[in-house]
Order: sequence, then structure tokens, then C-alpha cells
Amino acid sequence: MNIVELQQVEKRYQGVSALKQLNLSLPQGEVLGLFGHNGAGKTTTIKLILGLIGASSGQVRVFGEDPTQSEARNLRRKLGFLQENVSFYDQLTGLEVLRYFARLKGVSTKGCLGLLEQVGLEQAAKRRVKTYSKGMRQRLGLAQALLGEPKLLLLDEPTVGLDPIATQDFYRRIEQLKNQGCTVILCSHVLPGVEKYIDRALILGQGELLASGSLNDLRQQADLPATFHLQGNNLQLPDHLAANAVVDQKQIQLNVALTEKMSTMQQLMSLSGLENLDVHLPSLEDLYTHFIASQGAIKQEANS
Amino acid sequence: MNAIFSVANKEFHDGLRNRWVLSICIIFAVLAIGLAYFGAAAAGKVGFTSLSTTIVSLASLAVFIIPLIALMLAYDGIVGEDENGTLLLLMTYPLSRWQLLLGKMLGQGAVMAFSTLVGFGSSAVMMGAFSGTTTWAELIGPYTVFIASAIMLGWVFIAIAYVISASVSEKSKAAGIALITWFIFVLVFDLGLLGMLVGTQGNVDETLFPYLLLLNPTDIFRLVNISYFADQNLTGLMAIAQQIQFTTAGLFGGLVIWLLLPMTLAMAIFNKRGL
Repeated sequence: MNIVELQQVEKRYQGVSALKQLNLSLPQGEVLGLFGHNGAGKTTTIKLILGLIGASSGQVRVFGEDPTQSEARNLRRKLGFLQENVSFYDQLTGLEVLRYFARLKGVSTKGCLGLLEQVGLEQAAKRRVKTYSKGMRQRLGLAQALLGEPKLLLLDEPTVGLDPIATQDFYRRIEQLKNQGCTVILCSHVLPGVEKYIDRALILGQGELLASGSLNDLRQQADLPATFHLQGNNLQLPDHLAANAVVDQKQIQLNVALTEKMSTMQQLMSLSGLENLDVHLPSLEDLYTHFIASQGAIKQEANS
Repeated sequence: MNAIFSVANKEFHDGLRNRWVLSICIIFAVLAIGLAYFGAAAAGKVGFTSLSTTIVSLASLAVFIIPLIALMLAYDGIVGEDENGTLLLLMTYPLSRWQLLLGKMLGQGAVMAFSTLVGFGSSAVMMGAFSGTTTWAELIGPYTVFIASAIMLGWVFIAIAYVISASVSEKSKAAGIALITWFIFVLVFDLGLLGMLVGTQGNVDETLFPYLLLLNPTDIFRLVNISYFADQNLTGLMAIAQQIQFTTAGLFGGLVIWLLLPMTLAMAIFNKRGL
């Protein structure tokens, strides 16, 4: 059974379409990245899955049930959610906040201190949330989302305000959860570093699905070139490669289709005088930019 | 059920933590003891005055201050959670909107009830212990009615505060509307009724007019406490209620309706509120 299943889902706010014809099935144990600009429909999708809003048309199923129905309320025990910019209750300590949410979720409050330790807040557990930095609030939010060992985690901009080490810790934690069978939806517009940890990416733009698939699928769909940077003395490129090369004083930049990457690499390795070779594959960020830009181009064509 | 209790528990502890309970207790105690002891100062005496004078003057002061305190306590109940971002989060928990609202009502209602009981109760204790003319047995009835009606009045205005809180999208707007609401119920309404009486030169339906007082919970509260001491000389608006004798139980019933109405309305508005 798919944990999350969206079929032809649309959402309109007062006639304005926030989400158009979205299909999504998410099997258990998969980590899905949901990417897009502000207003692309990420938060709308999350809210639909959480059952906070109903779809204007189409079908939303979470754990096989309609999340907006009151009978589905108990499903929420299996669900963890971290939203963007939650500030919690300033007057309470971190531990008190976590205990309050544990009680609301019907989970034992005994594990709360352990959870705070896991997110690196054990030193601050007895301090008021008021004194917390943005990153600490974010970690408290994460601890809150992990209450009661959820089966489905929805994380909206989870790494905002985290330093690089905390971000790495966070992603490793996600990997652990995934190995325990937890399904994760990560929502972000900050991309670097996230590639390794997601199984599949969904790129949204203005409420439309622009692309979906694993990183490799997306690379193929986008058909972006691999980029080589070469440095050396008196490099003589073969003729068919030289046509695609940009030469400046320091280095040669060469764009090659992904399918020809290996053969090009072999040719380049045999060049005499080659001192350094960098290969850059299209990153998630490049793909994201590509898909967003191509949507813009299509829109412009349609308008002109 | 558990969820409602958790919310109520948190709200009550918030009340303790941010000194609401302490402040309300002190305000009420100072008011009540002060009035009981210095109530006759205008007549040139200091010392405990008669019980009925004390309660009636206490009621006419409490009618201003209780609604204000209740509105201040609860105006940010929903809109405050929304601004914090915690409302959205709470709604992803196995907790429905009515449970959240009821939990808040119970918690903040308990803050109000506890402070009222301790604050006004302390003056009853002082009076019983130090007044030579009033016995404990005489005290219990009037003070029970007074404190119970004061608690009800507080709850009514907490419920009204939730209506405001559920309707607006900013905390500051809720505060502004709460202030206007207080002004209307406590001052404008009575002035309006008086104006009507004067404007028509008293030529209004005598049997209908007292019922208009039931449209304002603060007037019901005053009626409860005044009707309990029927021997008092009534002045102002309350005098017109003498035509019809409302029973104390009936007036309490009126306060219960005044609690249920805004609570239901707040629930309905909250249910429609987008996230």
C-alpha cells in the first residue's frame, strides 16, 4: 500500500489555482523531496496531505484514508510534521513544550529528554524557548515531529537556520528513520546537500508539476550537459570536442552530453599535458533552475 | 478527553507562570477588603460596614473590572496561537478544534475561578474574623452568590473573547476589539437604556423594559447581587428591574445562556477559520 496517494488533485483558493492536477504515490520507506519557489504549491500539497485543507477536486489518501475526515484523526498519531517558522511558546522551557505536545499526541512523556538529546538540545532543555536561537527552535520542532515514532514525516524547510554540521546531522537522522521504515516528505527551496538523501524529487512551479523522478531520471529528462574543466599546458583537443569548448587563460571548459561522458573522459585522459580535470554533473540545483526556467520560457511563448 | 485536559492544564499553568493568577487575586483581594473596611469612609467612619453595602458596592466595582480582566486574559486564545504558528501544528495532532477551544475555556476559566475565589474569598474571611457585627453564618450565603456570579461573569467574557479571537487575523486587532466590546457592555449599553428611558420620558412598557437588562450579562450580574439584598435602595438603571422580580436561579440561568451562546458562536467561527 502506498502511504500517500494523490490522484488528479487540484486546489483552488477563491478561483485562483494553487495546485493543478497533481498525481503522487509514495510507497513506504521512500524519501521524497518537494521543491519549488514560494507559492509553487509545496505548502498546499503538505496541507492537503495533513488534512488541514480539503482538495477542490481529486482524491487524497493517506494510509489509505481521507485525511480530512474526523475518523482519520487517529492517523495523526502516526504522523510527524515540522512547519516553517514555528516559534512555540516563549514562556515554556524546551522540555515543557515537548511534553505538552507528547501529551496531546498521547505518547509517554518519558522519551522527551531522550529526543532532545538526539537533536542536541539536552543542554537547553530547561531553558525557556524565548532564549532559543532560530536553529534551536528548528531542532525543537524536529524533536516534536519525531514524537511517537511517526510512520510519515512531513518536513517543511527543515534545515533553515541550521549550521552545516547540524544540517548533516539532520540528514543522517532522516536516513536512519528511512531505514526504520519511515516515509519522509522533505519540502525545501534550499538544495545543496539534500541530493544524497532523497530517493525522488518533485519539482513544482506555479502549482504545476514540472518534473518528477530520481536524480538520474531528472538528469535524463533535462538533458543538461556534463561540464569538464581542464587545466594543462598546450592542450590540443580533438576537433569534435574543440567545437564545444570555451577556452580562457586559465582553463578550458567543455560541455558534453551526459551519454558521451565516459567516452569523452577516456579521450581527455589520454591528452598530453593534462594537469587537472574536474567533472561537474548537473546538480539538483541545476536541474531545478532548468525546469523552472523552461516553464517560464513556455509561458512567455504562450503569451507572445 | 485527555487532549482537552492537557490543553486546560497548560493554560492554567500559563496563568500561574505569567502571574495572571497572582495579579487577579491581589486586585480582587485589595478591592474586596478595601471596600469592606473603608466602604463607609464617605460617611466619616472607618471599620467594617454592613454586609449588604459591602457586597452591593463590590458588585458595582467588579462589574467593570471582571469583564476587562477576562477579555485581557483570553483575547489572544486563538489568534495568538495562529501568530505563533502553533495553531497549524496543533491541528496536525489528534486534537479537534472544539477540543482545543474547550480545553482553553476550561484552563482559563479555572484561572478566573481560582483567582476570584481566593481574591474575594479572602475578604469574606477577613470580615468573618474581624467584624464584630457580621457572623460567619450570615456571610456564607451572600458571598457564595456573589463569588459564583462573579466567576460566571468572568467565564461569559472569556467566551466573548474567544469569539473575537476566532474572528480576527491579528492579535493587536483582537485587543482593540476586546476593548470596544468591554466599553459597549459595561458603559454604552446602560447609557443607551437610560437614554431611552429619558428620551421617552419613562413612557416605555414597564413589563418589557426590565427584560432588556437580560441582553447584557453585566446587568444580569448586577441584578443577581442586588436582588439578593432586596432591602437595598436601588438607584439608576437597576431600579427599573424592581418592577419584575427575577429569581436568583433564573438570573444564573441567564448567565449560563450568556456563556453557551458566545461559546457556540466562537466554535462556529473557529471551525470556518482557514489555516
